[in-house]
Amino acid sequence: MIEIRNLTKDFRVGFWKNRPVRALDDLSLDVHKGDVFGFLGPNGAGKTTTLKLLMGLLRATSGSAHILGEPVESVSMRRRIGFLPENPYFYDYLTPEELLTYIGRLFGIRQPALGKKVRSLLERVGLAEVGRLQLRKFSKGMVQRIGIAQAIINDPEVVFLDEPMSGLDPLGRREVREVIVSLKEQGVTVFFSSHILPDVEVLCDRVAILRKGRLQAVGALEEILSMKIEAHEIILTRVKPQDANQLKSMCDALTVIGDRLHLRASSSKQVQAVLAYALANDAELISVNPVRPSLEDYFLREVGSGRDGAPRQ
Amino acid sequence: MGRRGSDVPMRILAIARNTFRENIRDKILYNLILFALIMILSSIALGQLTLGLESKMIIDLGLTSVSVFGTLIAIFIGISLVYKEMEKRTVYVLLAKPVHRWEFIVGKYLGLLFTLLVNVVIMTFGIVLTLLYQGSSGPATFVRLLPAAWVIYLSLALTTALALVFSTFSTPALSALFTLFLWIIGHFNADLLQFATLTQSATVGWVAKTLYYALPNFSNFTILDSRNIIQSAAHAQPMDASAILWITAYGLVYCGGLVTVAIVVFSRRDFK
Repeated sequence: MIEIRNLTKDFRVGFWKNRPVRALDDLSLDVHKGDVFGFLGPNGAGKTTTLKLLMGLLRATSGSAHILGEPVESVSMRRRIGFLPENPYFYDYLTPEELLTYIGRLFGIRQPALGKKVRSLLERVGLAEVGRLQLRKFSKGMVQRIGIAQAIINDPEVVFLDEPMSGLDPLGRREVREVIVSLKEQGVTVFFSSHILPDVEVLCDRVAILRKGRLQAVGALEEILSMKIEAHEIILTRVKPQDANQLKSMCDALTVIGDRLHLRASSSKQVQAVLAYALANDAELISVNPVRPSLEDYFLREVGSGRDGAPRQ
Repeated sequence: MGRRGSDVPMRILAIARNTFRENIRDKILYNLILFALIMILSSIALGQLTLGLESKMIIDLGLTSVSVFGTLIAIFIGISLVYKEMEKRTVYVLLAKPVHRWEFIVGKYLGLLFTLLVNVVIMTFGIVLTLLYQGSSGPATFVRLLPAAWVIYLSLALTTALALVFSTFSTPALSALFTLFLWIIGHFNADLLQFATLTQSATVGWVAKTLYYALPNFSNFTILDSRNIIQSAAHAQPMDASAILWITAYGLVYCGGLVTVAIVVFSRRDFK
C-alpha cells in the first residue's frame, strides 16, 4: 500500500540557504492494506515532513516513496487517496457545501452525483445542520470534521491524517476516533500521525516511532511494547487495619486510596496468596488487573532518555 | 480512466470559479469599485466647467478612473491570491488532490481575469450611465468606449500576470513593490530604446535594447498608433482595428509568457 525507501529530506537554512538541516533521515517503512498505521514522535520529529513528501508537497533529497504502487509524484494516484493536513484551514468565506462541491469537482465528480455525495458526507461528519454557514463561524472541532469530509470525498483507498486529534476536546477526539474506526471497517488503510498516545493505543494495528528524523521502532504495538504482563494490580476494600499490614508483607507494594487498597503483586503465587488471605478475612475484591507497559511508558523511555544523546539504533 | 483528460478543464474551471468567488466576497474590492464610480460620477460636476465638452470630460475622466482603479485592483488581487493559499496552507489540500501545479496557476489566473473583466464592465457601465444622465450622448458614444475599455482591460491582465509571478515566490508587500516598479518602468519603456540609440557603448546599447524588448511595454496600452487611447475615445476619433489587434496579440503573448514563468517557479517550489 505504502512503501517508503531510504527517504531523506534536507532543508537549506541560513541567509544564503547554504546550511543543510536534515529533517528526515533514511526512512524506510511499509504500510499494509487495511491497516490503521500510527506515525508517532514528539514535535519536530519529522512526521509532517514525511506526510508532505508523501503528498508531493516537498521533494525528497534522496530515496523514494510509493503509494498504491505509484510514485508519490504521480498526480493520477491522488485520485485514490485522501489527505487531512495538520491544523487545517479552509477558505473561511465558503460554506461546507461550497467547499465540498469545489473539492468534489477537482476529482471530476459531476452533478447530480456530487450534490448527493456532499449531503451524505455532511451527514456522516455531523455537519448537515450547518451546511450553509460560512466556515469562519466554525469551531476548531467543526473545521476538523469538514477536513475529514474533504479527505474522504473520493472514497479513497488510503487516507493520510496529520495530527487529526490535536487541539480537539475529548468529545471531538472521540468523533475522530469513530471516523477512523469506520474507515477501517470499510477496508480503508489509514496512516495518521499523532502524539496523543491513548488514541494510538486504541486504534492502531501497527505503529512507527520517529525521533529527530530517524525511525526508532516499527511494528505491531505488542511487538514494540513487548506486551508481557509485568505484574497484577489487586484492588480491595473493607480491609481491617491489622490485615492491611499482613497484606503489605505479602506483596511488592501497597497504596491506600480512600478506603481502597491497591496492591501490586509480581508473581502469580503472590496473587493467589493475597486473594486467598483477603477473602478469608472478609475483605471485598474490587478488581484484579494485569499491568502492562503503556505506549506512554515506552515513549518516555525511548524518546525521553536519548533526548540529548545520540540516536539509539 | 478514459475520462481523465476531460477532467482537466473541469478542475481549472473549479479553481477559477473559487478564485472569483474569493474576490467577490472580499469587501476591499467593493470599496475600490465604489471609489471609481464616485470618480466617474464627479466628472458630471467637472463637465459643467467645460462648456459643450461635457461628454468628452466624462469619458476622459471615466476611462482614466477605470485604468487607475483597475490597476490598483489588478495589483491587489494578483499579489495576494496565490500567496494567501500558501500562507494559509489551503494549497496543501488542493495539491494533495489530483491537481497539477500548472492547473492551479492557470485556474488562479483565469479567476483573476474574470474578476477584472467584471470590474471593467461595471466601471464602464458606470460611464455609460453617467453619459445617459448627462443626456448629450447617443449610442455612437458608447461604442467609442469599447476599444479603449478593451485595451485598458488588456493592460490590467498584464499587470495582474506580473503580480501573479511575484506572488509565487515573494510576500504580498514585496510583490506589490516589484509589480509597481515594473509598471512604472513599462510606461517609460520608450526612453530605454532612445537611450540605446544614443549611447556610445555597444554593450550598454545592447543591454538597453534587450531590456526594452524584455520588459512589459505598458506605454503600448496608453499610446497606441501614436495616439492616446483615452483621448481618442473622448474626442470621437475611431481607433484603427489593426492597431487594436496588434496590442491584443502583444498582451496575450506577454501574459502567456508570464503565466509560464509563474508555473515554472510554482512547480519547483517546496511547501515547507
